[in-house]
Amino acid sequence: MSAPSSSGWTVETRTRAATGFAFFAVVLIALAFAAPLFVSRSLLQDLFLILTMLVLAQNWNLLAGYAGLVSVGQQAFVGFGAYAMFACVSLGGLDPMLAILIAGMAAALLSVATGFFVFRLQGAYFAIGTWVVAEVVRLVLAQWRALGGGTGTSLPNAATRDMAAVQWIAEAFSVRASQAADILTYWLALLLCCATIGFIYWLLRTRQGLGLSAVRDNQEAARSVGVDARRIKWAVYVCVAFVTGMAGALIYVQKARISPDAAFSVIDWTAYVIFIVVIGGIGTLEGPIIGVIVFFVLQKSLADFGSWYLLVLGLIGIAVMLFAPRGLWGLFSDRTGIQFFPVRRILKGGPSIDHQGTRGGPHG
Amino acid sequence: MIWVDTIVQGVLLGGLYALFAAGLSLVFGVMRLVNLAHGDLIVLGAFLILVIVSALGLNPFLAALVAMPVMFCLGWGLQYVVLNRTLGDDILPPLLVTFGLSIVIQNALLEGFSADSRRISVGGLEAASVSLGPIAVGVMPLLTFLSAVAVIVALNALFYRTALGRAFRATSDDPVTAGLMGVDPKRLFATATGIAMIVVTIAALYLGTRSNIDPTIGPARLIYAFEAVIIGGLGSFWGTLAGGVIIGVAQTMGAAINPEWQILAGHVAFLLVLLLRPRGLFPRAND
Amino acid sequence: MNALLETRGLTARYGDFQALFGVDMQLDAGETVAIIGANGAGKTTLMRSIAGVLVNGPDEVAFDGQPIGALPAAQVMARGIAMVPEGRKLFPSLSVEENLLMGCFGRKVEGPWRLETVYGLFPVLKERRNNPGTALSGGQQQMVAIGRALMSNPRVLLCDEISLGLAPVVIRDIYAAFPQIRAAGASLVIVEQDIGQALKVADRVYCMMEGRVTLSGRPAELSREDIHAAYFGVHA
Repeated sequence: MSAPSSSGWTVETRTRAATGFAFFAVVLIALAFAAPLFVSRSLLQDLFLILTMLVLAQNWNLLAGYAGLVSVGQQAFVGFGAYAMFACVSLGGLDPMLAILIAGMAAALLSVATGFFVFRLQGAYFAIGTWVVAEVVRLVLAQWRALGGGTGTSLPNAATRDMAAVQWIAEAFSVRASQAADILTYWLALLLCCATIGFIYWLLRTRQGLGLSAVRDNQEAARSVGVDARRIKWAVYVCVAFVTGMAGALIYVQKARISPDAAFSVIDWTAYVIFIVVIGGIGTLEGPIIGVIVFFVLQKSLADFGSWYLLVLGLIGIAVMLFAPRGLWGLFSDRTGIQFFPVRRILKGGPSIDHQGTRGGPHG
Repeated sequence: MIWVDTIVQGVLLGGLYALFAAGLSLVFGVMRLVNLAHGDLIVLGAFLILVIVSALGLNPFLAALVAMPVMFCLGWGLQYVVLNRTLGDDILPPLLVTFGLSIVIQNALLEGFSADSRRISVGGLEAASVSLGPIAVGVMPLLTFLSAVAVIVALNALFYRTALGRAFRATSDDPVTAGLMGVDPKRLFATATGIAMIVVTIAALYLGTRSNIDPTIGPARLIYAFEAVIIGGLGSFWGTLAGGVIIGVAQTMGAAINPEWQILAGHVAFLLVLLLRPRGLFPRAND
Repeated sequence: MNALLETRGLTARYGDFQALFGVDMQLDAGETVAIIGANGAGKTTLMRSIAGVLVNGPDEVAFDGQPIGALPAAQVMARGIAMVPEGRKLFPSLSVEENLLMGCFGRKVEGPWRLETVYGLFPVLKERRNNPGTALSGGQQQMVAIGRALMSNPRVLLCDEISLGLAPVVIRDIYAAFPQIRAAGASLVIVEQDIGQALKVADRVYCMMEGRVTLSGRPAELSREDIHAAYFGVHA
């Protein structure tokens, strides 16, 4: 018999589905890592898009779904990260990989500076406040002549080709430098994606993460049991900005061309991301994964229909929010009880009187 | 002298922003709903006026009168069928549904009218100006500002002098008790949004006659409207007008220094107010 | 004779919690009925069910012979049932006079009650007509709440815990207005924790416990012991 803890109760978050999924996830990640060996370059670029959108979606989900900070201005950090990377590479001559890290830190700094403004606004006003901040950052960066002002600029051709890692990949796989750069950015996206999901999963299982859920469910009650809502929200806001900035920088290493309108696009970096999270299921880690797949399938199948694509996406988003507010994953999880990323604590065991009674009978 | 001129132009421009903001302020005041599609609804209104002008050959001002009941019904239905479902303690549904609506309206307009810029012509009135002392002001900017003042006066009268306005304020305080007084909150909210859409139509008329419009410019109008509401203080119509004027003046002053700074200067003014007076300049006492 | 207002087997629940288990109650025209019972007995739930704040089966509440159980509050009010809610619930954004005017928003009928006659009933309100409703004392706020309900000239007035939190002398002042309200033609249902007060004003009394009516009758017919048993569930 397993030895019960002193009280007899144990707290677990593990479920059988989750254990199975963990094994499946390891295989999947290994497979994804090896993908450049056996998939075409265009598929690799699609996978890059999926992974980076997933990173943005998971971050927005953490912000809105868990911390209750509904931002429609995350393009501020995508764009600022991208511009920081461009500045480091074009003007500072740094290696893009290093520049991505610096871009994340720059976005985090921006979030601290702008947080003082947006945290004065509540709820819906916070949302529009973040949008204003993104507009301000866009308008300021459009004044930066060295990076092309309002029309934008391109990365120097040599910048990605000369990266140490690119040259190594080009030799190891015997491919051209441009293809090697795609492989590298894909791997970086995969790494960033796994790290993001891992980090959020870890965060939600810590004391702080528990506090976060408490704050979301009931701010007053959470405060009364000693959860400092403001501090937790600030921390999440800055962390999300850091990762979002890195994602923005990575996306623009791959794009190699930047303009203020594209880098600060509310459609590309916030609307899509919101629809991914809402359709998949807000407030779950699984939701954005489902959502990004739906998003990608819709995009591929409606690519020829121009604005119909966004129209349909918007209508689906509205319908989901009204009739299935927990998204596709919520519908699935409610019916099956399956969770791949269990964060809820489950109380098990315990010194049950019944248990001792029946067991004790024949012997005692 | 040039500065006086700049400020006067800014004040008049502020009238336009106050018109953008008044509908937002009304809806927020009654049901605490922030409609992220507000800017796109203004653009939708402008296209509706454009269609009426070209289909019926009406003067734009008459066309706006025709558009008003259409927009009222649209707002009423939107609120009754869709937005009422999103009201509650959770802030996510109203935000995400109205954000989705914003995207839907933009893309529906793109599908219907393409991305080309258009303008509602008012037959020469655009170029007309009158002299106010030493300063020449455009007739259209002046009309815009006077309309904004009229709308604010009318909304204040509606809110503080009529039974409907009392019901708006009572329901905003406590919808359940208002129900005991015979108020059906769902219908009342729909009426409020319908009235907001009439104000939106007026804003749309001046938006479409004073500058070029295309389906994607809605979100920027939402942001100006939002800034005016926050600067003025939530729930105060006169504050909203003041907020619009502050943004307008900041923009024309910014533009006078460097044309590229126009929009930025408005946002900076907003951020400064937010930093110094986070509850706005004229906050309502019991909020 | 048909009752003016009647509940038949009225049940009510908040989610999984059942608050009323088949309550039968009736109010005849011109009558005053008091409902007494301890906290949590279901008195307020009963009032909210009649007023339409809680929606029930259509036939569980009848008014003038018509089923009204499934109607929302606004429609119940329009038919002539006004409620003075527990805790007064004045609108903080509205002045005293605006609060009163709000009372007839959904039902405008000619009758004994209009602004002047309500001010005649509670003269102090006229002096303070332009103050915010919430700036008044508790007793004056209660007067506003009663006046507000009267403004629609209701045929039935539901009063939920009007003496809660008020000083005895203030309670006396408020109840002093009741004969006039009755004389003007309204039938009353009064929820009251103060048994003595209830027995004094009511023609008939219902005592509730744990969501059921445990005793009913005319005040003169009920003994202290019966009421005590019905109220607390134990025999004294």
